[in-house]
Amino acid sequence: MSPKSLVNIGDYNREDILRILQAASRFKENPNRDLLQGRVCATLFFEPSTRTRLSFETAVNRLRGRIIGFSDAATSSSTKGESLKDTIMMVSNYADLIIMRHHLEGSARYASEISPVPMINAGDGSNQHPTQTLLDLFTIFETQETLENLSITVVGDLKYGRAVHSLIQGLSHFNPSFHFVAPEELAIPEKYKAFCDKNGIAFREYTEFSPEAINGSDILYMTRVQKERFTDLMEYEKVKNVYVLHNEMLSDSKKNLRVLHPLPRVKEISQDVDDNPKAYYFQQAKNGMFVRQAVICDLLGIDIQQTI
Amino acid sequence: MRKELQVAALENGTAIDHIPTAAVFKVVSLLQLQKLNNRITIGNNFKSSKMGSKGIIKVSDKFFREDEINRIALVAPNVNLNIIRNFEVVEKKKVVLPDEIIEIVRCNNPKCITNNEPMKTRFQVVDKEMVELQCHYCELKIRKEEIELI
Repeated sequence: MSPKSLVNIGDYNREDILRILQAASRFKENPNRDLLQGRVCATLFFEPSTRTRLSFETAVNRLRGRIIGFSDAATSSSTKGESLKDTIMMVSNYADLIIMRHHLEGSARYASEISPVPMINAGDGSNQHPTQTLLDLFTIFETQETLENLSITVVGDLKYGRAVHSLIQGLSHFNPSFHFVAPEELAIPEKYKAFCDKNGIAFREYTEFSPEAINGSDILYMTRVQKERFTDLMEYEKVKNVYVLHNEMLSDSKKNLRVLHPLPRVKEISQDVDDNPKAYYFQQAKNGMFVRQAVICDLLGIDIQQTI
Repeated sequence: MRKELQVAALENGTAIDHIPTAAVFKVVSLLQLQKLNNRITIGNNFKSSKMGSKGIIKVSDKFFREDEINRIALVAPNVNLNIIRNFEVVEKKKVVLPDEIIEIVRCNNPKCITNNEPMKTRFQVVDKEMVELQCHYCELKIRKEEIELI
């Protein structure tokens, strides 16, 4: 029995994840299918996020579903003081599924509890963004042909980076090992180290971004080091050019290594990496649509194996 | 030799003893005693051999449900609960921290939905011994010393 809504990657167990990835690979073969004919999906973006919204909306459009919604809270009733509950109750009168992005943390869990129709969390503040994790997992699966026993190097802001936290959670079912590379001020929080220990996940921490941290790995997951995260700007100036990937750093890496990034990228991957066949972040972003098609159908109870 | 009682004896009802002095009025409000019409005795800063000083609350003809009384576990985890019938203590109870705490604690995250929407807060008790809570909504973990009651 699959969960009714997707709020947190922790809502999905190993079987749920594998089922979604399998369906996503079917959609990657052919994303244009009539599965959502006659269905209406609402995209409620209380906080603008063009990239995520377009990915979801394209996913629905390619399945012949219809879209209602808004892309900015300024055009919704929340500016008139309407509560989130009332907005969700209204929209659920019209739509078969709600896709919501909201700046407040926990808004997605709350919406899923009051909504009579399935809900997908498309990001609630700095809390959760589970379809990002699923697309990361799909991309890892696609490039490595497995999710089991992989070695993953994660670089950048490991303190606030929710993509990283959810990735650790999502991969925890598949016996990974991690190399965490971050400046001291943005090191991986204790609670995720405790999570790794509890789940028997091996990890090592580095403050220096060196080939040693890359060479044994199957996946190199880069993230942005953002200036506004630093309390001490001197510290930022010191580290801002340290956690940058240059092409020559990949010269002794494993043949199957792929470089991923949740995007948008700023300077942390230099442009000369883009032409390296190990760079996979643009394909990764594209995979988001197939994964979202899979999640939408799954939550609506459409059996993909039967119908396509 | 019989010890002199610090508060008049109760015929029937509940006596809550060994309340930390700072928590007495919090206990009153968590149990919503202000809404009761029963006879209530509230005592504070009494001598206690165990605690130095303590508070006592006695409520006549009132027997709390477990979920009602467990609400006070956060502020007064070590109280003794005496159920009294006919001037006799017929049962002694301890309060137990529940698995979930609803509507009592405020989330410390200003960006949490519970601080921005008219709704009940909800926390899971993730560590009963250390009294660590986790917001059901924004997932923030709150340590004992950070707990703020509504």
